[in-house]
Amino acid sequence: MSMLDLIIAAVLTFIGLFITLNTSALLLWVERKGSALVQNRIGANRANIFGGLLPFNVGLINTLVADLMKFVTKEDFTPPSADKFLHTLAPIVALLPLLIIFVVIPFGDVLIIGERTINLQAANLNVGLLYILAMVSLSVYGIVLGGWASNNRWALLGSIRASAQMISYEIAMGLSLIGVVLTYGTLDLQAIARAQSGLIGGVIPAWGIFLQPVSFFIFLVAGIAESKRIPFDLPEAESELIAGYFTEYSGSKQMVFMLVDFVEIVIVAALVTTLFFGGWQVPFLTREGFVFPWGGGIGLPSLVVVLLQMGAFTGKVFFFGWLQIMIRWTLPRFRYDQLIALGWKILLPLALVNVMATAFIILLLQ
Amino acid sequence: MDPFTFFALAIPLVVVAALVVLHPHPVYSALFLVLTLFLLAVYYLFLDAHMVAVLQIIVYAGAVMVLFLFVIMLLNLQVEPENNLGRGLSKVALGGGAVLIAELFLLLRHAPSDSGVAELPEGFGTVVAMSERLFTDFLIPFEITSILLLVAVVGAVVLAQRQP
Repeated sequence: MSMLDLIIAAVLTFIGLFITLNTSALLLWVERKGSALVQNRIGANRANIFGGLLPFNVGLINTLVADLMKFVTKEDFTPPSADKFLHTLAPIVALLPLLIIFVVIPFGDVLIIGERTINLQAANLNVGLLYILAMVSLSVYGIVLGGWASNNRWALLGSIRASAQMISYEIAMGLSLIGVVLTYGTLDLQAIARAQSGLIGGVIPAWGIFLQPVSFFIFLVAGIAESKRIPFDLPEAESELIAGYFTEYSGSKQMVFMLVDFVEIVIVAALVTTLFFGGWQVPFLTREGFVFPWGGGIGLPSLVVVLLQMGAFTGKVFFFGWLQIMIRWTLPRFRYDQLIALGWKILLPLALVNVMATAFIILLLQ
Repeated sequence: MDPFTFFALAIPLVVVAALVVLHPHPVYSALFLVLTLFLLAVYYLFLDAHMVAVLQIIVYAGAVMVLFLFVIMLLNLQVEPENNLGRGLSKVALGGGAVLIAELFLLLRHAPSDSGVAELPEGFGTVVAMSERLFTDFLIPFEITSILLLVAVVGAVVLAQRQP
């Protein structure tokens, strides 16, 4: 691996993280304003420099800056009876595995500069999907440790609920992905995204949702359950457990736990996009430019094509982030037995049936 | 694997594995075990066995050890003063360890001297290569293992349903 390859990999990783973290921050603002919209309130409107004298709306950025300032300047309190080391380690352990998931998610096809063809995916692993499942399963530790190290009964109950919930839904999630893997015959996300080019019947784009609708449904439900948000927010149910596993956290450590929530939303959105909605695919757009099925087309340089694809990917991710936030503010919370029953008695058998049906159809088509 | 990479991975691995046994607190012991399994996965990665590395993390670090931690936290195990049973067990463990090391040395002496590194076949360690072997040469062991797991699942369900 030459120096140039290393630099390209670093730049690609940076772009992936840039998209992720900025979408997360933007979704934080959408959550505040969106919840207000759902509940017929105005929402966060106090953070504004110059008292709103500026002619244009800078509320978005100010709200984000104000949120951040508030978190960072608050006292970072560790309970005296807590395990200090693990209490500090927990938020880091929760965030790190989630951030490194983004190296395998492709955000564009290829960028052609002169002789060099750059694959717009930071790391092309042949075990891509399994790698994602592995990292998701590691992020449970942050939550379990946070609850235990706080030495608080609500926190411990929250983390015990979280670990049971996440392990249960990981199984349904993994089985729903088997349907996708059977359809495309690969675990590499870039190959899956590329396989979704073209059109079905000359009209609709050949996206995964038209081939694996059941998988999509199971994956989205299991994904929301993995991110521990309403209607699956039993680990942090305010009315029962104060704040669950992060009851004893404050200041910047709590901010990291909040960030974990939003990064999880972005991960679920990015995976749904890549697996079921064509990833970076723009309808009719090929590497050379637009080619319309009714004849004609527009030739475009490689850089413009890539920018369009990155825009499409970010837009789709943002849409699914928005969808998850709207689900959160629309539905009530499950009871714990309902949650476990949904995972084991409905989603798991459904996923198994889907795997069998997919395998049967593939066998018939061969 | 060159000697530098080997020692950079092997020394932390042994230290962490020793801490699993030596640390007095059960939660820390379990966490060091997680770290051991994780480092072992990194080790597999450097041996070009990507699939095995990822499965190691999913199965052991991601699922089995979470349940271990779950039980330790649920029982709220604390640091316990060493009791007689522990001392007796540690003697047995030391004896077993000594036998293992002796066996290793015996094996090393009888190992073929020209154990040069063989060329890896194309696509070694990838999902496709591994599943091809698994579903052709090792199909019967694979199926027997899955039946064994099924039996374990059925057993767990039967135990859970027993009325008090």
